[in-house]
Amino acid sequence: MTHTITIEPVTRIEGHARITVELDDNGAVSDAKFHLTQFRGFEKFCEGRPYREMPALTARTCGICPVSHLIASAKACDQLLSVSIPPTAAKLRRLMNLAQILQSHALSFFHLSSPDLVFGWDAEPSKRSIFGVMSHNMQLAKDGIRLRQVGQLIIEILGGKRVHPAWVVPGGVHDALSRENRDKMMQMMPEAMQIARRSYGLFKEVLPKFADDFDHFGSFPSLFLSLVTPKGGLEHYDGLLRIKDANGNIVEDMIPSEDYPRIIGEAVEPFSYMKFPYYKPLGYPKGMYRVGPLARLNNCDFCGTPFANVALAEFRMLQESRPVLSSFHYHFARLVEMIFCIESIERLLKDPAILDTRVRARARGNRNEGIGVSEAPRGTLMHHYKIDDHGLMTWSNLIIATGHNNLAMNAGVKQVAQKYVNGQRLTEGMLNRVEALIRCYDPCLSCASHAVGQMPMQIELRDSKGRVLDRLSRS
Amino acid sequence: MIVPATPPKVRVVTLKIDDKDLSAREDETILEVARQNRIAIPSLCFLEGLSIWGACRLCVVEMKGSSRLLSACSTRVTEGMEVQTNTERLRHYRRVILELLFAERNHVCSVCVSNGNCELQSLAQSCGLDHVRVPYRTSVYEVDPTHDLFRLDHNRCILCTRCVRVCDEIEGAHTWDVMGRGIGCRVVTDLKRPWGESASCTGCGKCVQVCPTGALVSQGTSAGEMRKDRRFLPYLSQMRGVR
Repeated sequence: MTHTITIEPVTRIEGHARITVELDDNGAVSDAKFHLTQFRGFEKFCEGRPYREMPALTARTCGICPVSHLIASAKACDQLLSVSIPPTAAKLRRLMNLAQILQSHALSFFHLSSPDLVFGWDAEPSKRSIFGVMSHNMQLAKDGIRLRQVGQLIIEILGGKRVHPAWVVPGGVHDALSRENRDKMMQMMPEAMQIARRSYGLFKEVLPKFADDFDHFGSFPSLFLSLVTPKGGLEHYDGLLRIKDANGNIVEDMIPSEDYPRIIGEAVEPFSYMKFPYYKPLGYPKGMYRVGPLARLNNCDFCGTPFANVALAEFRMLQESRPVLSSFHYHFARLVEMIFCIESIERLLKDPAILDTRVRARARGNRNEGIGVSEAPRGTLMHHYKIDDHGLMTWSNLIIATGHNNLAMNAGVKQVAQKYVNGQRLTEGMLNRVEALIRCYDPCLSCASHAVGQMPMQIELRDSKGRVLDRLSRS
Repeated sequence: MIVPATPPKVRVVTLKIDDKDLSAREDETILEVARQNRIAIPSLCFLEGLSIWGACRLCVVEMKGSSRLLSACSTRVTEGMEVQTNTERLRHYRRVILELLFAERNHVCSVCVSNGNCELQSLAQSCGLDHVRVPYRTSVYEVDPTHDLFRLDHNRCILCTRCVRVCDEIEGAHTWDVMGRGIGCRVVTDLKRPWGESASCTGCGKCVQVCPTGALVSQGTSAGEMRKDRRFLPYLSQMRGVR
């Protein structure tokens, strides 16, 4: 008899999702699916609006990474204007994007994932939260909160508010940076760097505890997609697309972002509202690829800042001469990127040109199609717009980082379920592992469904006729 | 030598607004007298210098002896009048009016170009409007982006007709009009031709500057960037020869 185990909703992720695990007659896992249960329709209701509203409008997709949407959207609008924005505007946008990645990674690592890493999968659920971490290791919790605050403060100083600043606009940014505000940001950097390095050290200490999980935690061959600099360095704001395979061969390189439709296709499945992007030459679903911190570090040749370069070398030692395949190492990659972000922010702030007051190119819609691609905390983010001659949106396509990872998350859930789920019984520990796998990708489902979710969890064990055999719930 | 104009023969009346003893010229309205005496009465369609329309009903006040609510912008003061401008009943009605305005069209402040510089938004904030209790209509309203300099977004229009009046009374172009009835009511340019094809529009932009919301805005503005420039407003009254 076939059984289905449902985990709903998945907790400590951004959004609302359900996992179903299907068992065959012998109680072994036959399939596992990650369902996104909300629909939001941004691509559709953008139609008819002036393209200049797009950065602010699409930023409303998400409260965690609005800056990423602002940036990808503004870049698409820059193309509609057919302008090359002032260099200082590009630097300021880059600065805000790095601050956004820093705060989002801090949220993911410290607030959402550190309880699993500190207490282990089988610990009591009530302990596995940021509050549990606080009572166990106050310094770690404080560090996480402060590091996120630093990222948020930079966003606030630049854009006027921490969530949904409307400062990034088509053609550049709204205001120039004042010397006083530059100094305020500078002052926070040494402390941020200390925290990032301390956390990195701590993570390396606990890492061996999870060695058994590396191979079962979404560890499978896949392609990796990310932006890189023209020289192959780590890139988050601009750059060119690169795809590497699981053996480390570069299969696509230096692809201008406008050419993404040539390499990325999109499929849909009836069980989820999230799309399933795939690498076109390999077809669906073979063209599965991963994006995000893991993909970025696998794809780049170097980071380009001193400490991050060292951390990248240590990251590469996780797997010999091949890309790191285990999704568990998304955490590692996130820590390396946090260090990179802080070093890069510092470098940008030290550049005297950052104070230049020429920060906006003014033009009107000069083209009917624009594509903006940037790296959001969770991976490559693509905004693609078409407008009419008067500047009203006629069509839009958003491919969100979490969407790119959709096929990989499904594959990862299946792998974890096969290793840890036993159809005879439902245990907290096994469900936590399935959930923790999803958490590695730090999925932002509100973005991917283009939601705010509630956090109680329900798991059901069903037979082939849909009868509930067992139920486990927590709130 | 400048000959002073003969003062019009108007009487002075005494009245009470919010229990405050005031005197005023008999040709003044309750709203004018209240504002001269720093008594705040909310309004949207009223704009000093333009003719009085009395459509938004936000300036309604209570008058002793009358069970009917009166719009302060269109009611002249009379001798012995006793007016209340901020009672529980009035606050209730004003809130309901604002809720209906928000529910009728798609006023999405967060992405509006006038966010932070909108009279409707400020009024809603001052009236404590944190949610709307009636269902939103969420009808589709078009945007007219055809004008070179300006853009019309019907989603944000509250039909205050300030644009219609300023264009007719001050600019003298009479580009704007109101068409349709009830829920189908719209402001239109040149008998519903696209604004960009309007032969009568002089492109002066007065309509844009007097618009209280993000319905009429300058092209090239992104969210929160539209600032209305009303520096010309003090001259409106002089241009019309009113006081």
